[in-house]
Amino acid sequence: MDERLKIKTESLNFYYGAKQALQNVNLACPEKRVTAIIGPSGCGKSTLIRSLNRMNDVIPGVRAEGRILIDGVDILSPRQDVVELRRNVGMVFQKPNPFPKSIFDNIAYGLRINGLRDRQKLAEIVERSLRGAALWEEVKDRLRDNAFSLSGGQQQRLCIARALAVEPEVILFDEPCSAIDPIATAKIEELIFKLKEDYTVVIVTHNMQQAARVSDFTAFMMLGEMIEFDRTDKIFTNPSNKMTEDYITGRFG
Amino acid sequence: MKRKIVQFLGFMLLRVCLYLVLAVLLLFLFDIIRKGGGVMSWEFLTQAPRRGMTEGGVFPAIVGTFLVTMITAVLAVPMGMFAAIYLNEYARQTRLTRLIRLAIRNLSGVPSIVYGLFGVILFVNIFAFGTSVLSAGLTLGLLTLPWTITASEEALKTVPDSYREGALALGATKWQSIRTNVLPYAVPGMLTGTVLGLARAAGETAPIMFTGAAFFLPVLPRSLGDQFMALPYHLYIMATQHHNILKVRPLAYGTALVLIALVLGMNMAAVVIRYRLRRKRRM
Repeated sequence: MDERLKIKTESLNFYYGAKQALQNVNLACPEKRVTAIIGPSGCGKSTLIRSLNRMNDVIPGVRAEGRILIDGVDILSPRQDVVELRRNVGMVFQKPNPFPKSIFDNIAYGLRINGLRDRQKLAEIVERSLRGAALWEEVKDRLRDNAFSLSGGQQQRLCIARALAVEPEVILFDEPCSAIDPIATAKIEELIFKLKEDYTVVIVTHNMQQAARVSDFTAFMMLGEMIEFDRTDKIFTNPSNKMTEDYITGRFG
Repeated sequence: MKRKIVQFLGFMLLRVCLYLVLAVLLLFLFDIIRKGGGVMSWEFLTQAPRRGMTEGGVFPAIVGTFLVTMITAVLAVPMGMFAAIYLNEYARQTRLTRLIRLAIRNLSGVPSIVYGLFGVILFVNIFAFGTSVLSAGLTLGLLTLPWTITASEEALKTVPDSYREGALALGATKWQSIRTNVLPYAVPGMLTGTVLGLARAAGETAPIMFTGAAFFLPVLPRSLGDQFMALPYHLYIMATQHHNILKVRPLAYGTALVLIALVLGMNMAAVVIRYRLRRKRRM
């Protein structure tokens, strides 16, 4: 692969207490591309993606070994500022999780906690972020409404806009469409496809068609191990591993 | 058909139990109003007792109870909230924190007279605050703490984790996520539980009787180091210790009525606070 790598994990092992969830995972995500992680439930794909912004840190008793390099810097290092990391590596969760605030305040949240007070600047970035998440036209007249008044799909795009507002370089999607309907899903897929012009995207998904549609690279995982990693077209047309083939043809999973 | 009869009987039983409890409460309230309502007057509320407490009002007791409750609040409200925030948001869930939690739950079951004795030793003697508003207020504060901690922790638990994670994922520090994304939604519940705890403390007799409440004081306390009269203790005296109990019985009922009105008022305030804050959050 002649791509510039943005994220690279080297021999990553991950433990919840005594239980090992990731075994020797070597993932490589090229810059400004979409990398999908697929695999059956419990294979460690969510653990893997949540390691990339150290979201797993909030769970007591977890431990990571190996290295996770983002732009060549090991984010597992004790010197890594986790707050700084998460500002740079945004995340969209499985269930839309807008805050119980207005649409505007949701988007402005990440800016305000970083000390931005200038109203005009805030308004500018809020609009740009909502446009970036293809939500602006639907909400521009109701920015003061509570975010809970939006539909599920709109809420998820709001969460994407919220992540965009702090201008990260990487956006992680942890099964972003599992709680929303097919039409809203199509919109989000379209959006992800567009986002890779500016961002490095990693997406965990249960839905193989989704991985095939939106991603450039795909990692297939099983039981905490990465079985195969390759260009998406290769994985879905001519996988080199028998297990990958069985999974994508629906023989198990 | 039989299942429907069983269901009907079940519901009836539940309903009767509820009505019974309500009836007892109402009867009790009605009795106090009937017997104490007669002495209720502007004078009763604004004057000190006179002629060996056979005439006059309960004003010093109202002021005393108010002052003591303020001290209680100053101790129990912030400490209870902070302790709950620490326990729920920061402390690792280890055997030690489980033990601490268990201790807090148990403390709320300790009889109030024990708190009274503890207050005498700690505040009156060791800290040398004497029998005073301060000692009594702090003693009641200790009594209320387990309640405010527990209520505040329950309120924090109702805030979904997704609010915390969502904030962290945007680069918020832990404290930022708590301050901006957890507390605003937990505070109404925290306040409600806290005010209920304070209302309970305001009605306590045993903890204040050794730590600061006076049998009779014609003047109001001038500083936190003074003794004071308090409604529950005054009621206790009027009902059991007075030299002419039968004669002052209406005054005792009047005192009870004022105390109940005060506690009820505080509980209503808790409801109003919660309602207001909730509405504000929803915008």
